[in-house]
Amino acid sequence: MPPDPVDHLLSVHGVSVRFGGLAALDDVRIDVPAGTVAGLIGPNGAGKTTLFNVVSGLLRPDSGRIEWKGRTLRRHRPHDLAGLGIARTFQGLNLFGGLPVLDNVMVGAERFARGGAVSMLTGLGAHGRDERLMRDRAMAVLEEFGIAGTARSLPGTLPFGLQKRVALARAVVAEPELLLLDEPAAGISADDIGALAELIGRLGERMGVLLVEHHVDLVMQVCERITVLDFGRVICAGPPEAVRADPGVAEAYLGTGEEAADDA
Amino acid sequence: MASPAPRPAADEVRPPAGPPAPVGTRARWSTVPLVVRHLVLAAGALAAVLLLIAATDTVNTMRIAAVGYSVLAIAGLQVLIGASGQVSLGHGAFMFIGAYTVALLVIRLPMLPLWVNLLITVAVSAAAGVVVGGATARLHGPYLAGATLALAVGLPSLAVRFPELLGGGNGLAFTTRGAPPALAATVSTAQWQAAAVWFTVLLALTVLATVSRGRLGRRMRAVRDDPLAAAAAGIPVGRTKVAAFVLSACCGGLAGACQGYLLGTATPSSFTLALSLSLLAALVFGGMGSLWGALWGGAALVYLEVWAEDAAHALSLGTSVTNNLPIVLFGLILIVVVLLRPDGVHGAVRDAAGAVRRAR
Ligand SMILES: Nc1ncnc2c1ncn2[C@@H]1O[C@H](COP(=O)(O)OP(=O)(O)O)[C@@H](O)[C@H]1O
Ligand SMILES: [Mg+2]
Repeated sequence: MPPDPVDHLLSVHGVSVRFGGLAALDDVRIDVPAGTVAGLIGPNGAGKTTLFNVVSGLLRPDSGRIEWKGRTLRRHRPHDLAGLGIARTFQGLNLFGGLPVLDNVMVGAERFARGGAVSMLTGLGAHGRDERLMRDRAMAVLEEFGIAGTARSLPGTLPFGLQKRVALARAVVAEPELLLLDEPAAGISADDIGALAELIGRLGERMGVLLVEHHVDLVMQVCERITVLDFGRVICAGPPEAVRADPGVAEAYLGTGEEAADDA
Repeated sequence: MASPAPRPAADEVRPPAGPPAPVGTRARWSTVPLVVRHLVLAAGALAAVLLLIAATDTVNTMRIAAVGYSVLAIAGLQVLIGASGQVSLGHGAFMFIGAYTVALLVIRLPMLPLWVNLLITVAVSAAAGVVVGGATARLHGPYLAGATLALAVGLPSLAVRFPELLGGGNGLAFTTRGAPPALAATVSTAQWQAAAVWFTVLLALTVLATVSRGRLGRRMRAVRDDPLAAAAAGIPVGRTKVAAFVLSACCGGLAGACQGYLLGTATPSSFTLALSLSLLAALVFGGMGSLWGALWGGAALVYLEVWAEDAAHALSLGTSVTNNLPIVLFGLILIVVVLLRPDGVHGAVRDAAGAVRRAR
C-alpha cells in the first residue's frame, strides 16, 4: 500500500549505497511524517550522513528511491533542494568563513529572492527588494536565535557553540518544510544542549525535522519516532520508548553510545 | 563556551540588531539603489580624471589612460580570484582577445563608432569567458592555474599562426579617431582618448562594484568559501563560477580593447605570460579583498615601470638592465608588501582611514 502523500513529507524507499566493497546503506527505509521531529541514530559509520547526502542529491543511490511529498525525486541536484523546501545542516560547520554572520544567513534565504541574472548584474529591478527581504528574514531568525549581536562578525571569531547556531539559522531562515540536522549537538556544552533541545522542539512545530544525533538523551527527548541504523541497515524503528526497550538496539548502540556521550 | 538561550528573557539587554539606524543625509544616501550610488561615485571619479588630464602633458595623459585599463583588468581579476576564488594565471589572454577584436573591427568595419566596437568586444570576451569558464569550472587550484596558464601562452601564438588575418608577429596596426571636429581645437587626441578610456573603465567598474556588493557577489563568496553549503542554499555552484569568469573576461577584453585603441596596435608580444603574471602580482600588491586594490595595483603597474626607467636612465645603466629593472623593482616591492601587509596596499589604506575617522 503506497504511503499517504499528505502524511509523509519524505519517504526513503529501500535505498542502498555501496562504497567499493562497503555497504554504507543497505535497503534503508525511513518516513518522515509532516509536522514531526524524527530521529536517526546509530554508531559512527552507520551511514547517517550518507543518507543525508542521498536525500540532498549529493550521492545517487545504487538502488531505491526518494519520495518527496508523494513525488519521486529523479536526478535532483544539491542546489534543487532549497527550492523543494528542504534545508540541511552539515556535520561540520560549513559556514562561509569570509562572510559576516548576517550574510551567511542571508545566503540561506536565497530561495525567497525573485530577481534573475539581469537584476543581479545591474542591481536594478528586483535587486533592492530581494536584498531587503533576505536581510530582514535573516535578521529576524538571528534575533529569534538570540544571536543578533553577532550579525556583523565573521563566523570564525565566534565561539563554537555560536557558530553551530549560525549554521542552524542559515538552514532555518529558508523556512523549509523539512529540516535535516546532522549532529547539531556535536561539540556543544551540556548546558547548551538543553537549550538546543528546546529550540529543535520549537522548530518541529513549524516544519518537519529529521535529526541525526549521537546524544541519545537529546534524541529521546525531542523525537516522536526514531530509526536506528547499524552498519547501513535499519535495525529498529518506532517511538522512543520502544527503541529504548529494544534489546538489539541496546546491544548495537545504546550501551556503547551512552558511554561515548559521557566521555565527550 | 556560553551561548545565549534560544529565546532570551524579555528584560535581557541585547545589542542593537545589525547596523545602527543611520540618520540624516547618510540615511538617505543608504536608501539610494546601489547602482545609482556607484554611478554617482563614478561620475565624480571621471570629473577628477578629466581635471587631471586637462592639467598635465601628453605623456602623462597616456600614462593615466594606461592606469585606467590596467585598473579594469585587475578589477576583473579581483572579482574572479578574490570573490569567486578561482585563480587565473592567464588573464592576459582576454586582453589579447579584446585588443585584436578592436583592431579587426577598426580595419574591417571602419564605419563603426568606438562604442559599438567596445560593445562587440564585450560580447566576444563574454563568449570566450563562457567557453573557458565553462571548461574550467570543475577544475581546482593547480589544475585551474595550469589551464589558464596554457591559455595565456597559447592564445597569442594564434597571431603568428594566422598571419593573413592577425598580422603575424608584427600584429595589426590601425588608426583611431581623436576628438570630434567641434572639440578638436581644445581637446588633443590623447586627452580625448584618455577620457574615452576612463569613461569606459568607470562604467565597467560600476557594474563590477554593484555585482560585488550585491546578491551575485555574495553568492560568489559563498561558493568560494563552501560550495556544498552554497548548493544546499539553492545556489547553482557551476553557473556562479562561470558568471564570475565571464565578468572578469569581459573586463580583461575591455581593457585590451582600450589598450589597442590607445596604442593603435595589437601585437602578440604585448600579451605575453609576463603580462598575465603582472596583473596577478598587481592584484596581490593592491589587495585581493577589495575592488579598491585594483586602483593601487593599476597605478603601480604603470608608474613603477616609468620610475624604474627614469632611474635607469639617470644612472645611465645598460639597456639589458633598463629592460629588466621594472620587473625586478616590482618583484621586490611585491615581496615587501606581502610580508608587511598580506591584505595589500588597500589593507593599509583602510586601516589608516579607520584611524583617522576614529581620531576625529
Ligand atoms: N565518500 C565516501 N567514500 C567512501 N566511503 C565513504 C564515503 N562516505 C562515507 N563512507 C563510509 O560509509 C560509512 C558510513 O559513513 P557515514 O554516513 O559518514 O556515517 P555516520 O554519519 O553514520 O557516522 C562509513 O564506513 C564511511 O567510512
Ligand atoms: Mg555522520
